[in-house]
Amino acid sequence: MIYTLCLVLFMVGLYGVLVKKNIIKIVLGLIIMEYAVNLFLIFLGYRIGGVAPIITRGADLVEFTKNSVDPLPQALVLTSIVISLGVIALMVALCIRLYERYGTFDITEMRRLKG
Amino acid sequence: MNIIPLFVALPLAVAFIIPMLSRKFKWFPDIAGNITTLILAGMSFSVIGKTGIYSMGAWEAPIGIVMVLDGLSVLLLIAVNVIAFASTLFSVNYMDRYTSKLRYYSLFLLMVAGMNGVVLSGDLFNLYVFLEIASVASYALVGFGCEHEEIEASFKYLVLGTVASAFILLGIGITYGSIGSLNMAQVSEQISLSGMNNALLFAVALFIMGFGLKAALVPFHAWLPDAHPSAPAPISSMLSGVLIKALGIYTLARILFNVIGVTDTILNILMVLGAVSMVIGVLLALGQWDFKRLLAYHSISQVGYIILGIGLGTPLGILGGLFHLINHSVFKSLLFLNAGAIEYSTGTRQLDELGGMKEKMPVTGGTSLVASMSIAGIPPFNGFWSKLIIIAACIQAGRPVFAALAVFASILTLASFLKVQKYAFFDKLKDKWKDIEEVPVLMRLSMVLLALLCIVMCVLLLPLLNTGLFDNIDILGPAVDALMKGTAYAVRVLG
Repeated sequence: MIYTLCLVLFMVGLYGVLVKKNIIKIVLGLIIMEYAVNLFLIFLGYRIGGVAPIITRGADLVEFTKNSVDPLPQALVLTSIVISLGVIALMVALCIRLYERYGTFDITEMRRLKG
Repeated sequence: MNIIPLFVALPLAVAFIIPMLSRKFKWFPDIAGNITTLILAGMSFSVIGKTGIYSMGAWEAPIGIVMVLDGLSVLLLIAVNVIAFASTLFSVNYMDRYTSKLRYYSLFLLMVAGMNGVVLSGDLFNLYVFLEIASVASYALVGFGCEHEEIEASFKYLVLGTVASAFILLGIGITYGSIGSLNMAQVSEQISLSGMNNALLFAVALFIMGFGLKAALVPFHAWLPDAHPSAPAPISSMLSGVLIKALGIYTLARILFNVIGVTDTILNILMVLGAVSMVIGVLLALGQWDFKRLLAYHSISQVGYIILGIGLGTPLGILGGLFHLINHSVFKSLLFLNAGAIEYSTGTRQLDELGGMKEKMPVTGGTSLVASMSIAGIPPFNGFWSKLIIIAACIQAGRPVFAALAVFASILTLASFLKVQKYAFFDKLKDKWKDIEEVPVLMRLSMVLLALLCIVMCVLLLPLLNTGLFDNIDILGPAVDALMKGTAYAVRVLG
């Protein structure tokens, strides 16, 4: 169920990218898509009532693996957040340049390339 | 000492050293960039016929991240690094027109590091990270000129590329959720034990969509004809020559054949996508007058050939597809460099404004003739052999319709390149171009290098005759093996 909601969020982002004409809104759509994927990854490893995946001295390993949340998706999400930070920074920089050149944020008016 | 991690580490290190040192030494970026790509090309030749596994941080396969070198990786490494060397050689003079060489070489080497990483990685998430390194560098390089068209193309490429990456990451997440591992070998082992389920099928669909976008297969091709022509010429040749193959075709083939395991449905999807790209790409190319844009549409069409060959799933089909992959990277890079050379001398790339370039620029004219004949499939050149193999494989696999489409697309390609040759090189010299000169010697050298490769590449087929004489240049055989053995990949990596 909760995975379906992630997918809905993903689709909301995709809708933004495909339909919106303002380039800032397109960027926001992409951010929502990446959010949805990150949320999905976190949910994959989450366990209701689970403990943080840190082994303390003398902990019972069997008990621990039964209760802890999966740490791997968390590591993945950290990496993917860093990547999306880089991508979004580049994207916003391009938006600024586009505004300088065309004087508008409307993507339908940026039509030098066609054919 | 293990050579595998150096393919990623060396360009990555030099990419960060260049900005540090080149404020003092103006010549440093050129020298460092060229030497690095030359060393990488040499290294990629030294691993021919070898296989190997490198565990990062000495953590063994299922737990740690591994880098896996096998036949298919070797083929891609050679393509990436040889084309990278030719492109850097071309850049020395060409990039003088742009302001910042140090940023250019830095991004270039990051892109090479990312591609080498994608080709070697044995872990799904690691593959995604390298794919993003290469993509982000390429987004920035497409917009390198900072003019209207370049920024517009870069933005379009960036948006579609990020959507593709999100699809791929979602697919990787779903795979992890249903298998519980990210190591490609372990995923493949688990899938062969437990079989497919619906979640995995959804992940396959996401992978085909995401990697198809990166490879610019036809329903997902909209960004390519804008992005590739807008980049500086050496970057166009890298993007069309190897980036779409390393990020799109290689990953698609590796994940579908070696990790998920192909079924008839998947092969049919690949074949149809390939055939559609092949025909639509070339039809769109026919009406183009911008030289680089025309070449970009041909890239879509030629990628279709490769996917069609791989999608046949027979040894002959895969051989044809992979051979066409490496051939296409050579001749398409050469054509983009030719277009760059013409732009360098005349300042335009509209075919109808050019004419008679053959008299004034004999090297560019000659090499472009070689490349055009290769891409159109004229007999002694490499493109002929790979297209022949693909068409023969279609017939052998009982799919005459696809064979007919391949022949049809090939004829249209020939027509389109006859147009290029006629208008740009053979027509009467216009008065406007009386004073132009041939490009500098390094640019000529890199074009001649690639043209020679176009002619001698057919020797790669000799080892297949099993005479035992040419085993040390056997690149294609192991690559085909790597794909044909499918999920035996797991056994090799996990030991």
